[in-house]
Amino acid sequence: MIENRPWLNFFSHVVLILGVAVVALPVYIALIASTRGPNDFYSGVVPLLPGPHTIENYKQVLFAGISTSGAPPIGLMMFNSLVMALSIAIGKIAISIISAFAIVYFRFPFRSLAFWLIFVTLMLPVEVRILPTFKVVSDLGMLNSYAGLSIPLIASATATFLFRQFFLTVPEELMEAARVDGAGPMRFFWDILVPLSRTNMAALFVILFIYGWNQYLWPLMITTDPHYYTVVMAIKRMADVADSIPQWNVVMATVVLALLPPVLVVIAMQRLFVKGLVETEK
Amino acid sequence: MQTKRTLFRSKTLPYLLILPQMAVTIIFFLWPAAQAVRQSFLREDAFGFKTTFVWFDNYTQLFSDPTYENSLRVTVVFAIGVAVLSLVSALVLALAVDRTIRSSQVYTTLLVWPYAVAPAVAGILWWFMFNPTIGILPYLLSFVGYHWDHSLSGFDAMILVIIASSWKQISYNFLFFVAGLQAIPKSLVEAAAIDGAGPYKRFFTIIFPLLSPTTFFLLVINTVYAMFDTFAVIHATTQGGPAQATNTLVYKVFQDGFIGLNIGSSATQSVVLMIIVIALTFIQFRWIERNVQY
Repeated sequence: MIENRPWLNFFSHVVLILGVAVVALPVYIALIASTRGPNDFYSGVVPLLPGPHTIENYKQVLFAGISTSGAPPIGLMMFNSLVMALSIAIGKIAISIISAFAIVYFRFPFRSLAFWLIFVTLMLPVEVRILPTFKVVSDLGMLNSYAGLSIPLIASATATFLFRQFFLTVPEELMEAARVDGAGPMRFFWDILVPLSRTNMAALFVILFIYGWNQYLWPLMITTDPHYYTVVMAIKRMADVADSIPQWNVVMATVVLALLPPVLVVIAMQRLFVKGLVETEK
Repeated sequence: MQTKRTLFRSKTLPYLLILPQMAVTIIFFLWPAAQAVRQSFLREDAFGFKTTFVWFDNYTQLFSDPTYENSLRVTVVFAIGVAVLSLVSALVLALAVDRTIRSSQVYTTLLVWPYAVAPAVAGILWWFMFNPTIGILPYLLSFVGYHWDHSLSGFDAMILVIIASSWKQISYNFLFFVAGLQAIPKSLVEAAAIDGAGPYKRFFTIIFPLLSPTTFFLLVINTVYAMFDTFAVIHATTQGGPAQATNTLVYKVFQDGFIGLNIGSSATQSVVLMIIVIALTFIQFRWIERNVQY
């Protein structure tokens, strides 16, 4: 703060409160809609105050599913989303940290080539090569399986790059000391590098969990069996089915359930989240 | 390439360590990408019996196709809309947070969470807000005499997808602007204040120029976001319509390939998009390299 300008401070708070309100408005509306009965959405304008059907709506979507769309209960889909998000996050961290270890601590033929090959993946988002990737997965018989949902998304250039940058800052003396003490490469990796990388791993985990949970196009393409639907992709299907009048109360209850886990992760681990976000982009 | 001064020696271990990453990369990234390039030079007949090698025919056909030209225009308008809206609102919020002292942490928490909301969910949220029959925003707009209907008006549909996509991206830009603002040396701003420069003058002559690297970086990131990550927003709401008004390049790849089953054209579009991503990534890395040096 350079000088005291009360009106400017006041104005800043007004801007921020307005900003927070605008950002929160759509979720507020969804939250309210999820507490109302189905008859509140035929005409007029969406209700702005909570109604009495909260428990009923959430119970219906979580355990019974929506009869008209033939979708399984959201509870199962949330479980699928959780499995997918966790396998992607843990898988990415695991394969990235070992490949970064190999690239930084060993010299071997084709090392540069391997590094650049990994790096190229950064440039090929799944959306642009969707058709041939789908074909590969279907040829491998991985449609409608947890493996198909997670493994193709597990290669990560950003995580490898982040671990590489971090390993380069680890003091040389640590490795020299470990070698003097007779530790082999894997012993050094487990006892020194992994404990040192703990914060980086946690920060990456937050980002990757969100990435995995929020996948949309990929599960949409490779799951035709409702038992493997994830919650994010299922919302669209639900909103479409009763196209004339979607059952907004249950659709919005699903929306709330779909956005809650990643949002809670971000709020609970805000420091790690900010660290992960800022560092993966550097 | 950088390594350590002393290295471990092993003939097989490094290959074993790098194997999982390489396997996934080759099977699910490089091979499909190569397939896309190959298919972009081929054409299948209507029954899928015969494929012929057609050189650059798919490309010349694509670039003379008016729907592709339309899609390119839509993408440019959409990307500019998302970048401007999300960058400007994030900058205003970041400047405001920078002025508050005690409450900045609380505001930050209240502003960053939309990052965690899936693009598809963001799309559905705003779709509901803008629902022509019961949505709250068309209701408010009707008071100023505007009849909102994104299923008929291409303009309305474009506004809808721009707002839904920007809403999610504000939190990301906000965090980077806050970090950028904190990195500006206080002494510069104080010196300007002593010389009698007011807040507006200081913003335009000191703060904004010093933020320009951050802004440039975010511009690239937002362009990538608007071009590729917003697929879900569009698929969950307008599906490219009405009348192609929101059919961006990445949505068109999906639509032509999966719904239209025009494999050759879809693969060609994939290759064009890959070239665009590679160019954007290259720009981004040039910026990072330059930034690392000081």
